[in-house]
Amino acid sequence: MNCYDVAVVGAGPAGLEAACTAAHYGARVCLIDRQHQIGGQLIKQTHKFFGSREQKAGTRGIHIAQKMAEEAACLPNIDIRLDTTALGFYPDRVLTLDQSGRYCKIKCTALTVCTGAQEKMLMFTNNDLPGVYGAGAVQTLMNVDGVRPGRRVLMVGAGNIGLIVSYQLLQAGVSVAAVVEASPRIGGYAVHASKIRRLGIPILTSHSIKQAYGRERVTGACVWRLDAHWRGISGTEEHIECDTICLAAGLSPLTELLWQAGCKMRYVPELGGHVPLTDLSLETSVGGVFVAGDASGIEEASAAMLTGRIAGLGVARYLGICADYGERFDECSMQIEELRRGPAAQKIIAGIRKLRGETT
Amino acid sequence: MRIDEHPILCFEKRKTVKFVFEDLEMYGYEDEPISAALHAAGIDVLSRSPKHNRARGFFCAIGNCSSCLMEVDGVPNVRVCTERLREGMVVRRQSGRGVIAEPEDRGGHVL
Repeated sequence: MNCYDVAVVGAGPAGLEAACTAAHYGARVCLIDRQHQIGGQLIKQTHKFFGSREQKAGTRGIHIAQKMAEEAACLPNIDIRLDTTALGFYPDRVLTLDQSGRYCKIKCTALTVCTGAQEKMLMFTNNDLPGVYGAGAVQTLMNVDGVRPGRRVLMVGAGNIGLIVSYQLLQAGVSVAAVVEASPRIGGYAVHASKIRRLGIPILTSHSIKQAYGRERVTGACVWRLDAHWRGISGTEEHIECDTICLAAGLSPLTELLWQAGCKMRYVPELGGHVPLTDLSLETSVGGVFVAGDASGIEEASAAMLTGRIAGLGVARYLGICADYGERFDECSMQIEELRRGPAAQKIIAGIRKLRGETT
Repeated sequence: MRIDEHPILCFEKRKTVKFVFEDLEMYGYEDEPISAALHAAGIDVLSRSPKHNRARGFFCAIGNCSSCLMEVDGVPNVRVCTERLREGMVVRRQSGRGVIAEPEDRGGHVL
């Protein structure tokens, strides 16, 4: 059985940072991803990032992925295993894998779970029809595989993902019928909203999807206005011509491996669902098991990179090879505080407080 | 359904391969997800739900949600959003939950 100091599950922004940080301190790292390409969700993000220079602002996600993948490939102590799904982590520090269809095991002193998130499903009639796709899936299909998801899309959700993906659909030559947003306000940045409004796409706030039409696939949709209690108002139904319904109604952390490993979990809606309890170094209740990125709570890619770095430092300290932990940790904490200064991040801060038991 | 022109992205020319979908001969690009090749050919019904026989398409495209399970080269429950296309593959819409083959016939797939 191959032995490593740390196995990092997920090679997105968090996992890449976690792996490279630990590897810089000399740890032998096994970096695992179930996709055949490194970079996680970054490989489909054609937009430029916001934030500060440290968080690679002004660079497109696809280029950040390339740069981070190159960096990881240059480190000889990182063993990258793609097309590999982590199946389970056991008390004897064995991690079981499905590597390109073959079952195998590795041994690792520490584990960092950077498994990311999944799209939230919404309740509406016919939500299981082909043509109802998650926003991440739409991005993958058009930006990675170069295939249009449909001809005309109804976007559900006006957070940053809904707004950005709407713009990307237009760039790919797909028309967007409308964006509906259940809350009375647009959740995403004004700059993203303005971009699609200028192109004539209506953003309907206090609106949601009532049902999808079609038997074998989506042939249209019905949207309606919501009252102050988020209930649909009869008589406000409107038909939307579309062949695709794209769901961008939030994400929830992918935490199966953490549950299976026995980590203590807590339900924190502000962080997207069930997340593991962690200390400041992002170590879970199971010693040596760390978490970073969306798996620790839904946030942006810039935050995923920073939490990845914090977990990488935590792992190096756990392994006893991080001489300058305090200094490096403070540096990351300052950057993450900076990132969470905006009004949009208040929800995340509240969620983290709840998780840590500082409020109820 | 293929994107030919894009303001930011450049899709490299890839090798075209032949595969079979429900006895129909089709073409796609080597190494692209099977679901992408099918979608590009206008096929979005990938399977039927076991209980109510409802049409199923893909949903997450990252190998997570199990909405896209199909039978590939005789192996059931293959996630076609991550399984990559190869020359000569035989892809079928799966009905029911699929049958696990005897260990010696498994062809290396974990079921």
